[in-house]
Amino acid sequence: MVRTALDQVALEVRNIQKSFGGVHALQGVNFTINKGEVVGLLGDNGAGKSTLVRCVSGIHSPDEGEIIVNGQVVNIDSPLDARNVGIETVFQDLAMVPEFNITENLFLNREIKHKNPILRRLGWLDKKAMEKKAKKALNRLNSRIPSFEEQIYRLSGGQRQAVAIARAVNWGADIVIMDEPTAALGVEQSAQVNELINLISSQGVAVLLISHNMQHVVETCDRAVVLYQGRSVADVAVSEVSKEDLVSLITGAKTAA
Amino acid sequence: MSINQLTLNQIKGLALKREFFIYYIFLTVMLLFTITLHDSGFFSLTNFMNIVRQTAPVTIMAIGLTFALAVGHIDLSIGAVVALSALVGAILLQHVGIPLAVVGALSVGLIVGLINGLLIERLQVSSLLITLGTMGVITGVARQITNLESVPIIDQTFTALFGAGELFGVPSLLIWTVVVAAIAYIVLTKLSFGRHLLAVGGSPKAALAMGIKVTRIRLYALVISSLAAALAGLLYAGRLHGARYTLGEADLLTVIAAVAIGGTSLFGGRACIIGAILGSWLMGMINNGLILSGFSTNEQMIARGVILVIAVAIGVKELKNG
Repeated sequence: MVRTALDQVALEVRNIQKSFGGVHALQGVNFTINKGEVVGLLGDNGAGKSTLVRCVSGIHSPDEGEIIVNGQVVNIDSPLDARNVGIETVFQDLAMVPEFNITENLFLNREIKHKNPILRRLGWLDKKAMEKKAKKALNRLNSRIPSFEEQIYRLSGGQRQAVAIARAVNWGADIVIMDEPTAALGVEQSAQVNELINLISSQGVAVLLISHNMQHVVETCDRAVVLYQGRSVADVAVSEVSKEDLVSLITGAKTAA
Repeated sequence: MSINQLTLNQIKGLALKREFFIYYIFLTVMLLFTITLHDSGFFSLTNFMNIVRQTAPVTIMAIGLTFALAVGHIDLSIGAVVALSALVGAILLQHVGIPLAVVGALSVGLIVGLINGLLIERLQVSSLLITLGTMGVITGVARQITNLESVPIIDQTFTALFGAGELFGVPSLLIWTVVVAAIAYIVLTKLSFGRHLLAVGGSPKAALAMGIKVTRIRLYALVISSLAAALAGLLYAGRLHGARYTLGEADLLTVIAAVAIGGTSLFGGRACIIGAILGSWLMGMINNGLILSGFSTNEQMIARGVILVIAVAIGVKELKNG
């Protein structure tokens, strides 16, 4: 996959460390992502991928290290902080309320309020405006969604993933983190998600893709960052390494030059 | 599939929606009593008004409990709060004016709700156990402060406001029911707070990931539930011209049954205010019908228990079918 990635760093992670009790889950992770770039985050089970995602998306606070967004050091102590600095996360479980419909999930905790100032203060919802915007957001991703009144649990896995991605990019996020977006999907739906990733990166969004699927990483990513035992041990252009090289980096059989 | 079939199936799907169950059950029971009690004046405006008035405290409690259930909590302390709030209100009325007495009674609800919420969140224990415990404590306090004696209320304005009175011919208990119901309906369906309540109940993980302050929302829900029970206590005190530690004692089962049969999920994430109101009126109607048919209090209790089990069975079955 060849992209014309811009030379501006969207996200930089510097020496992130995180321990839980005696377990040093992250012991120094470093990498950067440029605007419009898709970077794969690889690593075996327990290498620290999920912990890193949680640190960047505000679920955990890192013990050490800096997160730099568009050149500025940011403090991310809550999911809301992460969203406010332009980092959106598509969690593996998608973080959707199954009983809510598409629009309600898209606008969860970011509801559009009524125009009337008194009603607005009460938190009165402007449902029509939200529906309109939801349609726009999903059209931008060319998704085929049956009805916006449909509750999330009635949608297929691919459709849910599309809604989750739409929610992430809808807010003008500069950085989108996707945790195993195709793990639960079939071949055709995975292809659709890949299309979505290509689409949003072409719109200038930096994408961090966490995946077990080597094929998926090779197909969609520009670069790969490999975590091994809580450290970032390699940062390689996907086009310059073989799959075998990546596997030996992940298992620790080989270290990057 | 032809267009006719499609719309037929859609109508079928719509008609079988869980939210509508309560309407069918309500109408069926009404029809049943109307036929069997055709000579006892069951089907009359006076009798229905009677049911609505008698059920008003239960309706208010059911509306409050709907908020607790929306976030996935149960509140067993509401019956005990009714008694304590009524007693506190009645005792205060002997010394201070109506506004202060009302504030005092309602603050019982506020404090109990806060204690419930904080204990549940701090200890990370199920709301079932915590509110079972606080129920015991509050009941004990209510019995203690009056030595099991009742406290009469002679203030005419208070009893008119909270129970016996009328405004333009409309009983004040009906006005209370309508006002509280309207506010609750708007909060749950029109405001972002209502969305957040249901999001916390439907998927706490998703709510947290989207930056909703889950702990705070759960706390608010328990305070609302407790405050509603405190208001119900005032309504009882107003209607009965006094308070006694037994008030609300038998209501817990009725309220849970009413809310459950009304379509609110006992596991969080789905709440139905209109269902809770109809559910409480259904319970009132069944009580009324059973009394008119000559059944005893004991038999009414059995009927309430059976209804709760049926409501829960419907809810669980639906949860499994997802």
